[in-house]
Amino acid sequence: MDDPARVVFTANSTQSLNIAISGLFGKGDHVITTAMEHNSVLRPLYRKEAEGMELTIIPCDEKGTVRYDLLEQAVKPNTKGIVCTHGSNLTGNLVDIKRIGTFSREKGILFVVDASQTAGVFPIHMEEMGIDVLCFTGHKSLLGPQGTGGMCLRKGLEIPSFCVGGSGVQSYSKTHPAQMPTHLEAGTLNGHGIAGLSAALDWINKTGLTAIRETEQKRMRQFYEGVRKIPQVTVYGDFSTWERAPIVSLNIGDNPSEDVCDELAVGYGIATRGGAHCAPLMHEQLGTVEQGAVRFSFCYFITEEEVEKAILAVKEIAEAWT
Amino acid sequence: MRPKELCFLVAFHTTTEALALEEAARSADVPGRLIPIPTQITAGCGLAWRMPIGEKEKMKSLLTKCDLKYENIYELMI
Repeated sequence: MDDPARVVFTANSTQSLNIAISGLFGKGDHVITTAMEHNSVLRPLYRKEAEGMELTIIPCDEKGTVRYDLLEQAVKPNTKGIVCTHGSNLTGNLVDIKRIGTFSREKGILFVVDASQTAGVFPIHMEEMGIDVLCFTGHKSLLGPQGTGGMCLRKGLEIPSFCVGGSGVQSYSKTHPAQMPTHLEAGTLNGHGIAGLSAALDWINKTGLTAIRETEQKRMRQFYEGVRKIPQVTVYGDFSTWERAPIVSLNIGDNPSEDVCDELAVGYGIATRGGAHCAPLMHEQLGTVEQGAVRFSFCYFITEEEVEKAILAVKEIAEAWT
Repeated sequence: MRPKELCFLVAFHTTTEALALEEAARSADVPGRLIPIPTQITAGCGLAWRMPIGEKEKMKSLLTKCDLKYENIYELMI
């Protein structure tokens, strides 16, 4: 992105995806998505589906990787776009967005990407990857405050206003300004939050995306290698490549994931997320609807020693709760 | 009433345009500052760039050089 006016600030990815999906797709259109999606993609699409939009959901294989081979046959004459995540928030599996973006360009359809799990860790080039709208949140790997997020629109693409009202300019016009980014930024923005996000981006740029990604992936790998051989542990996702988002989701035997999550917090001071992860179709595909999963996330600041402690904690719980 | 002087002004469509111009002007040492937009230009709200009339050529060349977006330019007694 070289034009700041094509960057719109919102409260989070959910809001960005609502603006994109509600503005770009409607009754009679057909849209393709994947089973990897978070509810921030699925629910706006389901709502459109209830209003007469057609929806196709591409399933995943047993490792949670999207079935690219089914993409071609999913396209219909009224297909208007593909909406998908860059990485699963449950398994960490990445989607080859360049492949889907190139496919979208060839078919002349729109490509909307949810970069919630990857922005700040993986390089994303909208033009090279064929992305029309990139939605992001500030509070994950961009290290900003909660309540910050946004969307980047490729040059030439217009999205109708989702919300109209205060703009700080053109007060006596009955319509909201047509100029970007004000066109999609009605109302007072979270200015102090955005200042925090800006400071976080300065840090990321100074530290370097590659250094951040390599450190996080190293910690993920260390943890994965440490827990995968524990007999009671089931790890979810595709670990045949290390080019994946730095999370590891697992279960210990039949223990409810929230119990493991709670024990890790209370007994070891380790913060994980248990239960369902707002990705209902991914849980269905992995067979974890009832049990949920315990997700370990590895940021740049986590040390090798901390990862060792986490491995030991999983071992101890696995032995004690068998 | 505050004494008036002839000024060179740039008005904008959006606050984003105003902030982009402010940053470009500062890094190019072009004088001036953002002010509440004068009512002679519009009764609406927003910001405008105000600078001494004698320096206007610096701004005109900056607008072209940096391809800055703006609504219009004015010479006004404000």
